[in-house]
Amino acid sequence: MVEHGDIRVVHRGGIARYCRFLCERGIFCCCRFLLCGSGYEVKVFSTSTEECIHDLRAHTDLVTGVLLRPSNHLQAYSCSTDGTVRLWDYTDGILIKTYVIGYPIYSIYTSANHSGVLFVVTPTSDKRSEFQLVAVHLPQSGDQLVEAREFSAVLSDVSSNPAATSFGRGGEYIASAKGLQLEVYFFKKQKFFLKEDNKKGGKNTFTCLACHPKDDCIATGHEDGKIRLWRNFNHKKEYTYTTLHWHHSAVSSLCFTPEGTNLLSGGIESVLVQWRYNQESQRDFLPRLGAAITHIAVSPDGALFCTSHSDNKITIIRSSIQVSAVIQGLVKGDSVRTDLMVDPRSKALVLNGKPGHLQFYSLQRDKLLYNLDIVQQEYIHQSGLEQFEVVKAAFDAYGNWLATVEERKQKPTELELNLKLWAFDEQTQSFMLNTTISAPHEARITAMCFCHSTDSQTTVLVSVSKDGHFKAWQLAPATHTEGPSWSCDFVGAYHSLVPECCCFSADGSLLAVSFQEVVTVWSPASWELLTTLSQPPGAIRNLCFGQLTCSKYLLGTTDKNLLCCWNLLTCSLEWSTSMDVSLLLSDPFSENMAAFCCQAGCTDLFVFKPSEPRPLFSHKAVCLGKVTRAVFAPREKMLESCEETSQWLNHSQLYFVTQYMVNTQHNEATWHYSREALKNMGLCIRIFTDTFLVYKSVYRLRWLMS
Amino acid sequence: MASFKPTKIPIYPKLGEKVTQDTVYWKNYKAPVQIKEFGAVTNIHFSPVAPHNYAVTAFTRIHIYGPFSQEPVKSFTRFKDTAYCGRYRSDGQLLVAGCEDSVVRLFDVSGKVALRMFKGHTKAVHVTDFTSERYHIFTGSDDYTCRLWDIPNATELNTYQEHTDYIRCGVTSKLNRDLFITGSYDHTLKLFDARVDKSVITMDHGQPVESVLLYPSEGLVVSAGGRYVKVWDLLKGGQPLVSLKNHHKTVTSLCLSSNGQRLLSASLDRHVKVYNTTNFRVVHNFDYAASVLSLALAPDDESIIVGMTNGVLSIKHRKSPEESKEVSHQQRRRPSYRVFVKGKNYMPKQDDYLVSKPVREYLTKYDKHLKKFNISKALDSALQAGNRQRKPEVTVAVIKELDRRGTLKNALAGRDEKALSELLHFITKNMVDFRFAPVLVPAANMILDIYRSVIGQSPVVDRQLLYLQDLLQKEINYQQELLDVLGMLDTLFASSVPRKELLCSSSSRTNGLAQGETASTARPELQAT
Repeated sequence: MVEHGDIRVVHRGGIARYCRFLCERGIFCCCRFLLCGSGYEVKVFSTSTEECIHDLRAHTDLVTGVLLRPSNHLQAYSCSTDGTVRLWDYTDGILIKTYVIGYPIYSIYTSANHSGVLFVVTPTSDKRSEFQLVAVHLPQSGDQLVEAREFSAVLSDVSSNPAATSFGRGGEYIASAKGLQLEVYFFKKQKFFLKEDNKKGGKNTFTCLACHPKDDCIATGHEDGKIRLWRNFNHKKEYTYTTLHWHHSAVSSLCFTPEGTNLLSGGIESVLVQWRYNQESQRDFLPRLGAAITHIAVSPDGALFCTSHSDNKITIIRSSIQVSAVIQGLVKGDSVRTDLMVDPRSKALVLNGKPGHLQFYSLQRDKLLYNLDIVQQEYIHQSGLEQFEVVKAAFDAYGNWLATVEERKQKPTELELNLKLWAFDEQTQSFMLNTTISAPHEARITAMCFCHSTDSQTTVLVSVSKDGHFKAWQLAPATHTEGPSWSCDFVGAYHSLVPECCCFSADGSLLAVSFQEVVTVWSPASWELLTTLSQPPGAIRNLCFGQLTCSKYLLGTTDKNLLCCWNLLTCSLEWSTSMDVSLLLSDPFSENMAAFCCQAGCTDLFVFKPSEPRPLFSHKAVCLGKVTRAVFAPREKMLESCEETSQWLNHSQLYFVTQYMVNTQHNEATWHYSREALKNMGLCIRIFTDTFLVYKSVYRLRWLMS
Repeated sequence: MASFKPTKIPIYPKLGEKVTQDTVYWKNYKAPVQIKEFGAVTNIHFSPVAPHNYAVTAFTRIHIYGPFSQEPVKSFTRFKDTAYCGRYRSDGQLLVAGCEDSVVRLFDVSGKVALRMFKGHTKAVHVTDFTSERYHIFTGSDDYTCRLWDIPNATELNTYQEHTDYIRCGVTSKLNRDLFITGSYDHTLKLFDARVDKSVITMDHGQPVESVLLYPSEGLVVSAGGRYVKVWDLLKGGQPLVSLKNHHKTVTSLCLSSNGQRLLSASLDRHVKVYNTTNFRVVHNFDYAASVLSLALAPDDESIIVGMTNGVLSIKHRKSPEESKEVSHQQRRRPSYRVFVKGKNYMPKQDDYLVSKPVREYLTKYDKHLKKFNISKALDSALQAGNRQRKPEVTVAVIKELDRRGTLKNALAGRDEKALSELLHFITKNMVDFRFAPVLVPAANMILDIYRSVIGQSPVVDRQLLYLQDLLQKEINYQQELLDVLGMLDTLFASSVPRKELLCSSSSRTNGLAQGETASTARPELQAT
């Protein structure tokens, strides 16, 4: 992220949205506000309008916990791994105080019984993978920045998971669970152990814990989906427990309502379960919340619940178990398997969203527009189940048609493929399913594109598959009983080679299909093979036609580090250069093309015109890891930059996704840079990183450490 | 949150008959009214004037029916032998009929007794008709002659002795008072002009002619005989235009639709076929219970009337517009209909504030079970008799859904003999269907795995398993044969595709393959949509 002239890489979506749930604590205040830690900041949402009211920014690292101040409900503490606890006035968004602890903090607890004391979980000083619960006495001082140095250890060897520790009965005791062990610490007496044995090979590991606010009762969630209610634990060895079982896999969060009448639980099933305290056979369910529940919180007056989900979403639920609001960021999926696309109508970025959906994300407003249900099947929340996934999608030139491919691979031999074509409906302003073609090919579809010609009446879709064929699909005219539908127009093959990429020329008069080392050029009007081009050795990796004035050029990259440019008028090689291009794409709004080259763990960006091999712009080490997807998105307002190196960004912005598995250091470093870049929003290339993958790995790492 | 998404039932394209404008038009008739006559119905003729009664000639009677009556309005019974060819005059006042006893009788439609009797033929008269100026009658007989008669005097005007066999059909021109056409068993059609003493045009049909029809424009004539229907152009001197062979038995009757765009032919093979008169393709087909002898269409195609050899007269009336609409969304009115309709037909006024009621979603039985994860019950309800027989795609979709959820094995297990044999019955019935095979084959495998231990305990299940084995063997053999055919076709195609030289760059830089490469392309097989 070295500064280069005016052009900077900015992380978008990533910081703001993805890592919100790293801290995974949403809390309520007065039923009107919802606070949640999101990356380096704490966001304050209105519970009625779903809008973000304040971003509380001061932390220099991940926010790991947010908590109301028990003595003043208009103030809140937030803790972060940068080693500080900050006190905020969240209604006005003002930082009141900063307490410097000096150690990374992973969670924070307070109780009304213990005024002036904060309980924080920090790594033990010698080993970073072991954590301890420490009481911090807050010094009374009028200064903004206060250093708190008065610690007393409460419990050693605790879990860093914020859900695994809780105060009970107004702060009389604190309970903490780790592995197969539950520890209860009575502040008046001494601490106490309850041990859960791993009997009969059951998976009894504790996952989360909640204490009843009035009663001496601790509810614990377990990996096998059971909930245990522990009682009588203030006498040694005489504790009892009852078991509740509804969840089929690990309980990820538990929460009592403030009066203690109900217990809420959630897990991967994405069902919120409400148990009546003392009448556990009576349960209420709120099913189909969309994604696995990671955290549950209840407002202090008990009128609202909120659940945070693994797909970057917070659901606000009334106490009558009805959803009242949904706060949704860029939907976090498992991976981006479709290309990044721009919807020609709404100019929204389109990529995989919820499982089986495509999400439309407005880049201008930085907001999720909607999710389009592609698979149209009930999603079964169960780990280890093969689901249908949207793997390919393509828009036609005007956004009238959308083609999607979904696949499910249950066994290596059985591949279920569906090609669906969606027509844009003016009335509902969304896409309606027009044609479903089951098993369009015998093997995986590797590429798909619409003919982008502007004048032709009939649009053509070409799909290229590993089964050695490419197929052209055409819209058949409507009969009097049914509307127009798509059918196969042509099946092409070349010497039983396996095709990889396909590309239409800008005017739609030529189709280039690469068959391993050979590029074949076809005429879509007559489906004649016009010519073949090849540059052995090396199979073609990317294929791209030039745009506008450079439309006579066809560019291809091979996996033997070669970038070739053919002139289609002479059918000869115009120029070639040796570079390991991982991704090549053309800007539809100008002649420019972008090539990402992967070198030594970093990716370099080159921008050039096909007419000359000299790059207009090059940027070494744009990001770490390999760039997997990229797209040029049009600008709302054209820029009037005359500087040669930045002219290529006048019409469009370049978005890309990287996919890399890195260690924490790298990740944190990236963040720092991006923060600086954000402050300096001049002219920028905007980047999506596949950060959720990274963040997930961070999270795992922390778990491993704990 | 989001509601339960019901199981998607794929819509398969309907194989077989394509729905066209014609099928919609010709299917839009009610169930036929059947009337039993005394003998084979040889002729049906519509009155040219409203209310368009029609005369049905059967055995020794001519019955006259009203457009909607199922009882004859009137009947003429004074025939000594079988009557033939009862036809109305163009004003609908008079009716003429031939008879086996060679006498031609003329009736007043309102009277009972014959007004005139024309004697002169020596054998049965099968053809009678009025000429267009209304005062003459033309007849054709089994004595090989056809004659013209004057009605007022009941005298014979002319006799034509040109045919060499029975004359069994004929029509007079509606536009010209002097022209008439006869068809005979001597395989010829002859056009006669009353002003001259002999035939003007002779056309050779090739088979005994059973029926003749003149186009309203009278430029074309259609003849039926043997299995053929032939169209002749009179303006070109009787040049044959088309020969149609769509029936597999003798064609007995011809008829034009009211707008002249469709031709109907009835045959002894019990079919009535409808042709498009521009390209002479069969656009629709009616099936009847017995061989059809006579056929008539009411004006405006309001009804199709067919007489058959077994004496049954079948009348199909066109559905009224409301009726045809009603069929499309059949709503059975329950007794409590009025309660439900209350307030439903209220139209909101302009400044009314509309509060929408949450729409209650209705789920089918199997979806309700699937929603509750009751997988065995879901499969049971999908296997219920109605679904299993009429809509196998529903059952298959549920099995597929269970497979997707990874719980198909659990749903298939734990069945008793009856349930298992039901399941096996469904699988054997639908497994070879190419649409269902990808789903049912793994399911059948699972059943064999699960119930392997109980084989031999139930004769019913064992029999079904043996049948399944047999079925699979047959299918494998069939596939083998198909592959053989495919191989043969491939060699044929390979030799017939012209080899095309590729245009290749003249500049010999390092691109382009060796010249003369051909692309192996094949025309697509159409995919199901």
